[in-house]
Formats: sequence, structure tokens, C-alpha cells
Amino acid sequence: MAASRDGSACMDKHPPGLAAACAAMLRRDLTLAWRRRGDIAMPVLYALIVTMLFPFALGPEDTLLQRIAGGVVLVTVLLAMLLALDAMFSSDIEDGSLEQLVLAPQPLALMLGMKILAHWITTALPLIVIAPLMAAMLHLPGAVIPVLLLALLLATPLLSLLGAVLVALTAGTRRSGMLLALMLLPLCVPAVIFAAGAVAAAQQGLPWLAPIAWLAAALVLAVVLAPLACAAALRIALDA
Amino acid sequence: MTAASTTVPLLEARALSFHRQDEPVFAPLDFRLLAGELALVEGDNGSGKTTLLRMLAGLLHRGAGELLWRGEALQRDQCAGEILFLGHQLGLKADLSPRENLRIAVGLHGAREGLSVASVLADIGLRGYEDEPVRRLSAGQKKRAALARLVLLPARLWLLDEPYANLDRAGIALVNALIERHTDAGGAAMVTSHGTVSFHGGEPRRIRMHG
Repeated sequence: MAASRDGSACMDKHPPGLAAACAAMLRRDLTLAWRRRGDIAMPVLYALIVTMLFPFALGPEDTLLQRIAGGVVLVTVLLAMLLALDAMFSSDIEDGSLEQLVLAPQPLALMLGMKILAHWITTALPLIVIAPLMAAMLHLPGAVIPVLLLALLLATPLLSLLGAVLVALTAGTRRSGMLLALMLLPLCVPAVIFAAGAVAAAQQGLPWLAPIAWLAAALVLAVVLAPLACAAALRIALDA
Repeated sequence: MTAASTTVPLLEARALSFHRQDEPVFAPLDFRLLAGELALVEGDNGSGKTTLLRMLAGLLHRGAGELLWRGEALQRDQCAGEILFLGHQLGLKADLSPRENLRIAVGLHGAREGLSVASVLADIGLRGYEDEPVRRLSAGQKKRAALARLVLLPARLWLLDEPYANLDRAGIALVNALIERHTDAGGAAMVTSHGTVSFHGGEPRRIRMHG
């Protein structure tokens, strides 16, 4: 075609590969989180304080605390994650970074997947690190803690992914925080049931692999579908 | 111009219009934009200049009418990365420095041959501010950081929405110089502006919008 005459050879360079783009995205979001590392500490402190309230409210009875420990840790981690979820895409929408990301010659779903991964690393991972401490405050037996951590390692990314879809869907609305909680919490019920079920089974000496496997299956499904749903929802949010 | 008119236009619109909730935002438009050309999009407030640019960038869904990219129906994945959009929101992360912001853009788009982040930042007048968080820059300096992205990335068509806002006299001259350099290198640009734009490289094409 005649149009290629005017020096398009030097301008039409191929965009960088997927790995380089993913690394750039991940590094960007981790750097941003590190610049505001005070925000990373908030959910952690919140989870610790909420867990601390239970022995005060229910009394320091070993058997009672042990029985509720797994569930309390899971629900507390879920609520703490909810605190930070709202901010996943909001700053990118406000400053126009999301528009630039949509226009970049990279698959949007994959780039958003990287954002979700960075978000999980900065919000859920610190919570998983302090989960043994929370469990110890509720006298959860030490032998059960590995199962609790495994359940959290599978359940928290699931919540991040589900949450990301809902954040993307509510992106255009004002005061999306409460709406987000109302929409996300019912969707978390299966994850909570399976994760808490695994911990309870381990506590009673029963096989706990089945609920963990269900969690893993749900996670695989979410890893594939949630970024695609996010990308579609955010495109719609910008198209207004 | 005579040689260029025989080539296929980079972007061509035929009876292009856009509806928002069944209300037309602008009347059907016809225009052609050749490589090496500048188009000024003129119109009053609310006449749909920003809407037109956002639609051409692919942020808004396509309205009625035809839109051709290099003579073929425009498809997003074909021209991804070839069209850059600079709107009212600059797309810079306030917590990162201009250098970091540009590095991310290069990570996603790649860079023009022979250009580096440092050289472009120095060229655009941000020498000494490369590592300052964008939040601490003045409005004009932020704009310059966003313009640096245009210069650095290997795109063919620039869509600039009010690029002269917040800029001093030197900044306006800089924008004009950048656009001229881009069009001289075979790129094209569409610019919306209220003010008059002085442009050395001949009379720009004008696209008049009616609400």
C-alpha cells in the first residue's frame, strides 16, 4: 500500500512482550503501594483489633474460643480485605491512568490481573502473615494453623478476584463502598463455608482436603474469568 | 500536499455521529486525515469535541457512520498503540516521578527508536524534576510530563484534547513544536482548542463541530 511510503517502518515498532508489560504493571502497583505503605498497615491493625475484641466480648473460655477461632479469623480477614478493596481501581479512574491502560497495545484483562495480583500482595499477604498471631489469640491449636493458612492462601485471592469484578462494576457510582460490601459479602459465603469447613474438619481430626480442593477449583475458575469480567466492566464504566 | 493526497488517509470518517441516550451529541461529520497532517477540531463548549476524540481513541463506543483506519474499517486491536489520547486527566500517577511514569508507559507501549526517558524529559523542559513526585509539580509541569509520553511512545495519531490548557507562552510554543515535529515525521494529530493556534507548517485542516 502506498501509505507505507512515509516512514512508517521506523514508527510502527512492535509493542513490548507480555512478560515485560506484566512486569511493568506489577512493579508500578507495588511501587505505588510502597509509597503509601501506611495504608498497608491499616487492614492489618484492623484485623488484629477485631480479633482481640472477641475474647473480651465472649470471655476467655478456652473451649468456646477454640471452637469459633477458625471462623473468626476468616471473617475478620475478609472484612479487613473489604476495607482496602474500594481503592483498587478508583485512583486509576480519577487520574486517567485507566484510560491510558485501556489504550495500551496490551490485553486489558491481563494487565488488570496484574493489578489484582499486586493488590492481593499488598493487602491479603500481610493479613495471612499475621493470621497465626490472630489464631493464637483465640487459642487455636498449633496443629490446625497450617490448614488455616492453606485455606487463607486459597480463599483470599478468590475474594480479591471477586471483589475486583464488583469494584469494576461499581466503578462509576458514588459512595460505592457500602454498596460494594452489600454485593460482595453474599458472594463470599461459599468461600467462607469451605475455608471454615476445612479448618473445622482439621480441628476435629477429620480429612480436610475436600473443602480445600473446592476452594482451589473456585480459585482456578476466578483466575480465568474475573480479569475478563473486570476488563469488560471497566470498559463500560469508561464508555459514558 | 499533492503527493500526500494520492495516499490512503490515515483516518477517515464518513457521516460519523454519536448518540448519548438517543440524543445526538454532534451532527454527522465527514473528514479525512492524512499522515503528516494536523486537524483542528473547533466548536463551542458542549459541541462534542471531547466526545469525538474519546470515540476516535476507542474509549467510547462507536456511533453511527463509518470510520476507516488506513482505508479499512477501524478495529481496536489493529490500531492499538498507534493512537494516543491526551485528555483533561493526564494519566500520570501523582505518587510516582515523571521518570517512573514514563518507564511504565514504555513498558506497555515500547519507545520510539533512538529516544530514552531521560533525553525526552530533558528535551521537554523537565530537567531537574525527573525524580520529583508528579504531585509536587506545577500544573504546567504535569502537562509537560504528559506531553513527554506522547513524544516517547511510538504512536502515529495523537488525539489532544485542549493541550494548551495550563501552559505558559513557552509551553504553547512547545506543544506547537512537538506537533510540527510529529507531523513532519509522518504522524498526524487532532487537536481541540478554543484559542487560535498559530502553526508554521501551512494551514491546518479544520473540523467544525455543531452541537
